Amino acid sequence: MTVSGWLTIVLFVVLLTAFAIPVGGYLARVYTGERTFLDPLFVVPERMAYRVLRVDPDNGQDWKHYARSLIIFSLVGWLLLYLILRTQTLWDFTGLNPMHYHSGTWNLSFNTASSFMTNTNWQYYGGETTLSYFSQMVGLTVQNFLSAGVGIVVAVALIRGIVGRSGKSLGNFWQDMVRTVLWVLTPMSIVIALVLVWQGSIQNFSHYLSVDGITGLGQQIAMGPVASQEAIKMLGTNGGGFFNTNSAHPFENPTAFTNFFEMLVVLIIPAALVFQYGRMAGNRRQGYAIYATMMVMFLGAASVAYVAEAHGSPAQHAAGLHTQVVAGSSGGNIEGKEERFGIAGSALFDVVTTVTSCGAVNSAIESYTGIGGAVPFANLSASEVIFGGVGTGLYSILLYVLLAVFIGGLMVGRTPEYLGKKIEAREIKLVSLGILITPLTALLATSLATASKAGRASIDTAVAHGPQAFSETFYAYLSQANNNGSAFAGYTGYVQPNAGNLGAHGITFADILGGFDMLFARYAPILFALAVAGSLAGKRVSPAGLGTMRTDNVTFVVLLIGVIILIGALTFFPALLLGPIVQGLTGHLY
Amino acid sequence: MKRDIITSAIGIIVFTLFCGLVYPLFITGVSQVAFPGNANGQKVYVHGKLVGSKIIGQNFADVVMKNGKPEMSAGEPVTAPDPRYFQTRPSGTDPADNAAATEFANYGPNSVVTKDAIQSNIQAYIALDKAPDGTPYYPGGLTAAKVPVDAADTSASGIDPDISVRNADIQAYRIAAVRHLSLATVDKLISTYTAGRGLAFSGEPAVDVLELNLALNRQTGGS
Repeated sequence: MTVSGWLTIVLFVVLLTAFAIPVGGYLARVYTGERTFLDPLFVVPERMAYRVLRVDPDNGQDWKHYARSLIIFSLVGWLLLYLILRTQTLWDFTGLNPMHYHSGTWNLSFNTASSFMTNTNWQYYGGETTLSYFSQMVGLTVQNFLSAGVGIVVAVALIRGIVGRSGKSLGNFWQDMVRTVLWVLTPMSIVIALVLVWQGSIQNFSHYLSVDGITGLGQQIAMGPVASQEAIKMLGTNGGGFFNTNSAHPFENPTAFTNFFEMLVVLIIPAALVFQYGRMAGNRRQGYAIYATMMVMFLGAASVAYVAEAHGSPAQHAAGLHTQVVAGSSGGNIEGKEERFGIAGSALFDVVTTVTSCGAVNSAIESYTGIGGAVPFANLSASEVIFGGVGTGLYSILLYVLLAVFIGGLMVGRTPEYLGKKIEAREIKLVSLGILITPLTALLATSLATASKAGRASIDTAVAHGPQAFSETFYAYLSQANNNGSAFAGYTGYVQPNAGNLGAHGITFADILGGFDMLFARYAPILFALAVAGSLAGKRVSPAGLGTMRTDNVTFVVLLIGVIILIGALTFFPALLLGPIVQGLTGHLY
Repeated sequence: MKRDIITSAIGIIVFTLFCGLVYPLFITGVSQVAFPGNANGQKVYVHGKLVGSKIIGQNFADVVMKNGKPEMSAGEPVTAPDPRYFQTRPSGTDPADNAAATEFANYGPNSVVTKDAIQSNIQAYIALDKAPDGTPYYPGGLTAAKVPVDAADTSASGIDPDISVRNADIQAYRIAAVRHLSLATVDKLISTYTAGRGLAFSGEPAVDVLELNLALNRQTGGS
């Protein structure tokens, strides 16, 4: 461990908070329709959009109507993406398929389309070896925007339900989507993409380069419109790489500066939404309490991961390497990590992208030490409530808040209420379902994949044995259920039929099971969250009394952390023991 | 219901045009004007020939010749590291440093496969440090314990352009001897091509191998 390593973590937290507070204020103005400094740019396109879509933005929707618009819009988006992937060769006339990659097979395309629509961005597809520039841009990039937008608008709708004082309206889905894309995602993506190119990311439509190499040993270098996709991939907590090695690739993440910058970009919206929530609730302390909860857990995860990775792995030690810091070398478990990011820059990136639903990776998670690898597992086990994905994080933790309020209410023997609204049996039933559906999906899918021969075909038997093989499988379905998309990347869902790929072929079982894993664990919780919003929206607000449990103080933060850890631990501890924890506790090699 | 389907269909087309075409084309246009070098991959030309990208790692190896023909193994020519060049980190791609099909090596932390791979990388690193007569270039010779971790562990991208400063300092002895340069000259080049930490705290100091090797070639006049 080094001073600069710890400094990276501390400064990251400080800068993130400093940026998130004003951005949160901006978001609150966007979603309450107040004036913002970008209005002059976007008011006209906004009005045009409503006219083309033929929607009346003032027409408020109740939760069922809001949910229906959202589901249908997602389905149509899924269909378009699936068709684009399946007809990749049809678009060769645009010149955006310079490598003449074949169209995807049905199973792989099913997985990839589901993956991008659900904000998961699980990489069974092979980036530069499978997809044309057309598919990446017109297919994947678009869903990067829209899946992020869907997450954000659900969070906004839930906030409106919780704080709403009149009627059943949660807002208008179409208005929320249009404003999210115009006011939030597009302007930020433009700035981010240009910063990335300034630092060395590429943005072109060239044929892959064939270079001679300095010693005369030739090399092929993949090209493409990378920066534009990388920007929204990080901002929208999507995480699906333009290249197979994702943010480890120098064209996606060229310098130590961009590495730090990309981490900030991932967390900026999830963190800002928490402050936005406090503002919209009319009590900023509510936001601070949730932020504190998230930050405590985040810092815990980051510290454990950094210490574990700096220590080095049993395999390194068995091979005779010395892994302590020496002059000019970071030491530690640099296996599967890039030199320019170092140990701290890799471990922190890993934590940032697994607490959120981003799932981008700048290092190979499969090569993390047992305990270092247990950290992303634990982050996923907490169901993406530590900041979480854009929107998903906030609506998920709000479900936990309601549960904590309920448990707290039971403890002191009073009717639980939150922000003046009574929490009753109906809400708690919906909350429980919303919270439990993701772990349930993940564990069921893991059992199926572990128990069946078809599932075991995906394990990379060349490198993964014993607990590692179980970890690969478990992580795959846990990550897909949480719509994260990072991977113990040895686990595979596609095969390259021949070198230079002409149309990668899917492993049907893994593609289908993973696809349904993602779809179910994305849309079921969304429906439950919207139902909770609808149920709360119509409730009367009673003034806080003497016995009202406060939800903006340290006691509540501790209670909330307790509830999150309790549920995560009770659900996942047995499975975690079989994989990463075993490896973390032993120096044994398998 | 029908209304939602129609709105969704129009919506997806509008968003696709905006986010999938207007946005990336706008970024491409601005990038190509403002940062053409970066946007096109920081290409490096030597005597008019395209030899690589500044930020993509390359395999500084030669094809092994046997009886005047390249030695083949599994359809691919066998290569050996060229001692005149600084060597990049071990790569998990096939072939090494393949920048058109990147992949992780996925070596697990408690795996025998990992241990074997690291050991073979250590042996290769130590072997390269030996002159044809068997004496080590590095004073006192290298042992596994002295090999820097980044020289024995695979990178993430498989095309890591950088090595650690310690890794470069050790290889400097070999380079100086093989190229008949003073150690001070080589060390000076290393520090020229070492990028410090981002914002002075983020990441690790990293030596760009391709730029360093090009500078060496210029120094000794030719490749």
